[in-house]
Amino acid sequence: MFQRRGSSDVWRYVVDSLYSHCTRQTYICHKCQPIREENLDNTLTVKENVCFSSIYTGCERQGINIEEEGHMTPIIQHGNVTFVYIKYNNLYLVATTLKNCNIALVFSFLHKLVQIMIEYFKEIEEESIRDNFVLIYELLDEVMDFGFPQTTDSKILQEYITQDGHKLEVAPRPPMAVTNAVSWRSEKIKYRKNEVFLDVIESVNLLVSANGNVLRSEIVGAIKMRVYLSGMPELRLGLNDKVLFESTGRGKSKSVELEDVKFHQCVRLSRFENDRTISFIPPDGEFELMSYRLNTHVKPLIWVESVIERHAHSRVEYMIKAKSQFKRRSTANNVEIIIPVPTDADTPKFKTTVGNCKYAPDLNSVIWTIKSFPGGKEYLMRAHFNLPSVLAEDSEGKPPIHVKFEIPYFTVSGIQVRYLKIIEKSGYQALPWVRYITQNGDYQLRTQ
Amino acid sequence: MTDSKYFTTTKKGEIFELKSELQSEKREKKKEAVKKVIASMTVGKDVSALFPDVVNCIQTDNLELKKLVYLYLMNYAKSQPDMAILAVNTFVKDCEDSNPLIRALAVRTMGCIRVDKIIDYLCQPLRNCLKDEDPYVRKTAAVCVAKLYDINAQLVEDQGFLDLLRDMLSDSNPMVVANAVAAISEILESSPTAQQVLEMNASTINKLLTALNECTEWGQVFILDAISNYTPKDDKEAQSICERVTPRLAHANAAVVLSAVKVIMKFMEMLDATSEYVLTLVKKLAPPLVTLLSAEAEIQYVALRNINLIVQKRSDILKNEMKVFFVKYNDPIYVKLEKLDIMIRLTSQANIAQVLAELKEYATEVDVDFVRKSVRAIGRCAIKVEPAAEKCVSTLLDLIQTKVNYVVQEAIVVIKDIFRKYPNKYESIIATLCENLDTLDEPEARASMIWIIGEYAERIDNADELLESFLEGFQDENSQVQLQLLTAIVKLFLKRPTDTQELVQQVLSLATQDSDNPDLRDRGYIYWRLLSTDPAAAKEVVLAEKPLISEETDLIEPTLLDELICHISSLASVYHKPPNSFVEGRQGGLRRVLPPKSSSYRKHTRRGNLAEQETQAVVENMGAPAAPQATVIPGVDSLIGDLLDMDLGGPSMAQQQQMFGGPSQTPVQTSGAMDLLGEGLDSLLGGPAPAGDGGLGGLGDIFGMSQSQSYTPPQEVWIPAAKGKGLEVTGTFIRKNNQVIMDLTFSNKAMQPMAGFAIQFNKNSFGLIPANPLQVQSPLPPNQSASTSLVLNTTGPIQKMDPLTSLQVAVKNNIDVFYFSTNVPIHVFFTEDGEMEKRVFLATWKDIPAQNEVQYTISNVEHNADTVSAKLRNNNIFTVAKRNVEGQDMLYQSLKLTNGIWVLAELKIQPPNTNFVVSLRSGTPDIFPEIFQILDTILHN
Repeated sequence: MFQRRGSSDVWRYVVDSLYSHCTRQTYICHKCQPIREENLDNTLTVKENVCFSSIYTGCERQGINIEEEGHMTPIIQHGNVTFVYIKYNNLYLVATTLKNCNIALVFSFLHKLVQIMIEYFKEIEEESIRDNFVLIYELLDEVMDFGFPQTTDSKILQEYITQDGHKLEVAPRPPMAVTNAVSWRSEKIKYRKNEVFLDVIESVNLLVSANGNVLRSEIVGAIKMRVYLSGMPELRLGLNDKVLFESTGRGKSKSVELEDVKFHQCVRLSRFENDRTISFIPPDGEFELMSYRLNTHVKPLIWVESVIERHAHSRVEYMIKAKSQFKRRSTANNVEIIIPVPTDADTPKFKTTVGNCKYAPDLNSVIWTIKSFPGGKEYLMRAHFNLPSVLAEDSEGKPPIHVKFEIPYFTVSGIQVRYLKIIEKSGYQALPWVRYITQNGDYQLRTQ
Repeated sequence: MTDSKYFTTTKKGEIFELKSELQSEKREKKKEAVKKVIASMTVGKDVSALFPDVVNCIQTDNLELKKLVYLYLMNYAKSQPDMAILAVNTFVKDCEDSNPLIRALAVRTMGCIRVDKIIDYLCQPLRNCLKDEDPYVRKTAAVCVAKLYDINAQLVEDQGFLDLLRDMLSDSNPMVVANAVAAISEILESSPTAQQVLEMNASTINKLLTALNECTEWGQVFILDAISNYTPKDDKEAQSICERVTPRLAHANAAVVLSAVKVIMKFMEMLDATSEYVLTLVKKLAPPLVTLLSAEAEIQYVALRNINLIVQKRSDILKNEMKVFFVKYNDPIYVKLEKLDIMIRLTSQANIAQVLAELKEYATEVDVDFVRKSVRAIGRCAIKVEPAAEKCVSTLLDLIQTKVNYVVQEAIVVIKDIFRKYPNKYESIIATLCENLDTLDEPEARASMIWIIGEYAERIDNADELLESFLEGFQDENSQVQLQLLTAIVKLFLKRPTDTQELVQQVLSLATQDSDNPDLRDRGYIYWRLLSTDPAAAKEVVLAEKPLISEETDLIEPTLLDELICHISSLASVYHKPPNSFVEGRQGGLRRVLPPKSSSYRKHTRRGNLAEQETQAVVENMGAPAAPQATVIPGVDSLIGDLLDMDLGGPSMAQQQQMFGGPSQTPVQTSGAMDLLGEGLDSLLGGPAPAGDGGLGGLGDIFGMSQSQSYTPPQEVWIPAAKGKGLEVTGTFIRKNNQVIMDLTFSNKAMQPMAGFAIQFNKNSFGLIPANPLQVQSPLPPNQSASTSLVLNTTGPIQKMDPLTSLQVAVKNNIDVFYFSTNVPIHVFFTEDGEMEKRVFLATWKDIPAQNEVQYTISNVEHNADTVSAKLRNNNIFTVAKRNVEGQDMLYQSLKLTNGIWVLAELKIQPPNTNFVVSLRSGTPDIFPEIFQILDTILHN
């Protein structure tokens, strides 16, 4: 059972993926207390309040201290063991290997594991893991065998590994889909009303230098689907893809040049490679069908200029100008401009014509929120802080200004869904719904 | 109600309580108890005492309970092997259950119980499961074969499981195929004996490519990785595989994309690099690589480490994508550092302005590691892009003005390197540098500053004061700083002898009398002797012109790079080390020592550097035709840090020996400096002055080097007396003083004197022709011999011979004309200027297509790397670089033939193995047999 020591309520938690020969293992661990020494044959670095992961290699247990060794890279070599980890909330998901394994696969798998657990338990943190440890054992057993990832589609997993499995009288059987070519969809799905929702979401990544030069401007788009369709439907999606248009002689129509496209595993890649057709049998429910990337040369949608006047030992003043550089008929919603301020600033004062300002000491920032920001407008905000007369010891970095926004009914790239054809052998009619939205991605403007 | 309740329990009699609960009749209670046991196990408590009680619960039709018991078994079976046997029956029974989930569960668990006694019972159930009607069971059984192989390889081979596994590659179900591929790859990795059974051929690869379209994302990775290990039979097959793999670049899973990149990068090597197809393929690779940088940070890191390799192999792939590597504020530090590395790789004149602006921005960040690396990067830019050097220098000056301590120190270190690359160009900034003297507290920065002051002493008015101020704390300084200070003050003295005499005496006495450091003492003595014997010579030595440093030394050497390209996406590609350097070999029982990953290696080489550079200058000035600059190519970890330093080379002790030994091997060339030093040292050591031809015999002796000459083949009989009507001609070829010399001995075995000797060569491959007429004692009385040396030119008419080195000679005397044919040992054509610059070597090696590479093994060589390179050097085979990987010495060598043909060699030495592997590359592969022949001979001589 857990050991509680002193007043600290930090817990140690380890779940092994459990096969006794561990060339590769997966652990989930948490900030922990020292484990009792006698339980470990070869315990290395064990310290108070550190994350601890233990493994069996053959018969010996080893541990490492991720928080001490691990901040430089997510891969730690310790003796002949390599520890590979990702961090989620306060949990570390750690995989270990003795071999020259495929490291990209390990990281992809660990992230997938997080996703599966989120879909199972809504959130993953110490509590949810403790509350579901039996189920997690079952899941780990199913998604990974001898270090080889197996079925990781949570929809399918939920068909035979369930939270209330013990209530079932009849033992479940592996669904066909587990081993099918279509491993992401079960066959006997039925809906009274057959519907498909398509969300085209474009995120703008922007990096602007302190002197106002756009260093990088990139759109990462995603087409997300919610599919409520019966049976095994065949879908075909048509976009205004430039390559397709040019090859079919419609080069003059308005089209978009996608620089790189990535597809969900349901899409037939060789078909796309051949004639740019996006055809697939979709999974049931929500999933991301594809993502694409392209560089833009359009003006940054929301432009922020800042003038910062620092009077050491007394005060700092900000003058922020925000400008919307898109068409007047569009409107950006829930715009948040997050302006970093020194950690030791106090007594905030704001003045603005539009929206409202809030000082968020936990983020060391001022958040200027504008609920509705129509295109072609320009707003101004002034902020004033006092600074302590004593200078802080450690120097601070220069965090950039971040901007969050959403512009509905609009895509920067101009991408359009031309059609979504749905064919199922029962011949039902289904309705596709499409929605467009542009939002901020990694949207950073450096400050002086 | 949640499972967390299982974790809380009374501490007293816990095990006892559990025991009784496990024995309960009630099923629910039993299950609760097992859950508590598993919970205890999970937090690391030892609950092995409950083994029999838990195993008793195994006979149940409740799937959840069964899973938990199996879980427990896997954990504790090894500690209770005898008890584990109790479970065997259940396994066997479960393998025949009607529910495929249970059959699979049993076979999956079975493989994880690593108890020898059990294994034998499991073969039959496994065999059945491999042929199960349900693919879910088959795919699980396939993995079980790999598990079993890991426990008992022999058993798996004997039972024919490998054949069954291979047959599964043709299974109708894609998931089964994928797992079979994974299992096969795993087995092949650990055992070469399974090779003949599991070898992939064109038709299996074809099946795999078909399955590729149908299996899960993970299965696709297994398949792509397996394909990457296959060698297509020709370029057609390679291209068709590439074509079928290319669509995978559009997969959402980063692992699939990287594995596809690996296959393509590898097989593209086989294709014609100029073909349209390869050009479009290269274009297709860039976008997916860029997209990987939008993935999770950890995946970005893996991608960046791989991109680092890819741009070294094919620099054009990402040349227009500089901007995507710009660092973002919220990138994790490990991503930032990698991005910096790649930015430098992609820097060119076209984008340098942008890069510099970025680097300057980064240098004002707060993370010390990142800032330091950014400052170093600016220095690298200056050295890499010459037209931008000035801008870089002014950027560095701006940074120095920030007065941030570590920035200033780092900047001074790189400025020193810039001075070395562009001497006498930027001294105007020295004044600014000197302002920061007091703040320098890191040895490397102090040493760099002192070097700068010494180097430009004549332009710094108060150089003496500055150096004097350093001298105060001489004893407490790091040895790197001490050595530098000694040299700098001697330089100062030579430049301004009038007012610095006192200073130089002070430092010499500090170095020679008060120091325990032998390096420092020796250098002190050398300088002292030099200065007191012949100040003019001292000037020549100490103020010698130093070799310029170059930019591309941080590249991974081509053979390692090629190996790493084959490991794209794997751990090796992240470590930038070959797998055998971090994976324990299964057979041989040889435990490899893990190499220090970065810091210690880096420190070592770096520290060596400044201290050594002066020594090297001394050595270079001693008149050795080309001192062997056998420098170690740095590991990639130390890229930025060591780029500039490495060129100066931190020769190891052994290499120094070589250097000192160098001149003694060419005793003909003696310069004043050499005599001076040689005798100086000898008298210093109280030894007799060398009586030999070269001044450095003494030095050679000190270092225990025997004086060796280039290899001289024994004389062979060219014309036996019986055929020469009494004239016997024996001879051999040697190389001396940059010339090919034919040593001839004429013996008169006839009864009458001979006269009128003459010699003539037929046209030959190397254009050999006598430079002078033959001069032999004439007449030659009976029963007498006369020897002569005939100097040969290589300017004669050329005709390709077979074998290449064949030479047809006619000898004439007053009796008759005699013909003979002999083979000239090829090493006499190796010229003295055959030492290639390291950078050129790397580039040349890369440029020569791989099919022009031939490998030979030279067996039973009783030398180590150092004696080998000394021996080969005597024969004008030059060691360009030396590298030690895992106890393996790699020597990179170059040689040049008189007709301008270069041959590059890589020599692999693995002590205690006496078999050396030599790989030769050259534009003219015809000469390989001869080269190999002579290497073999030299090394055995």
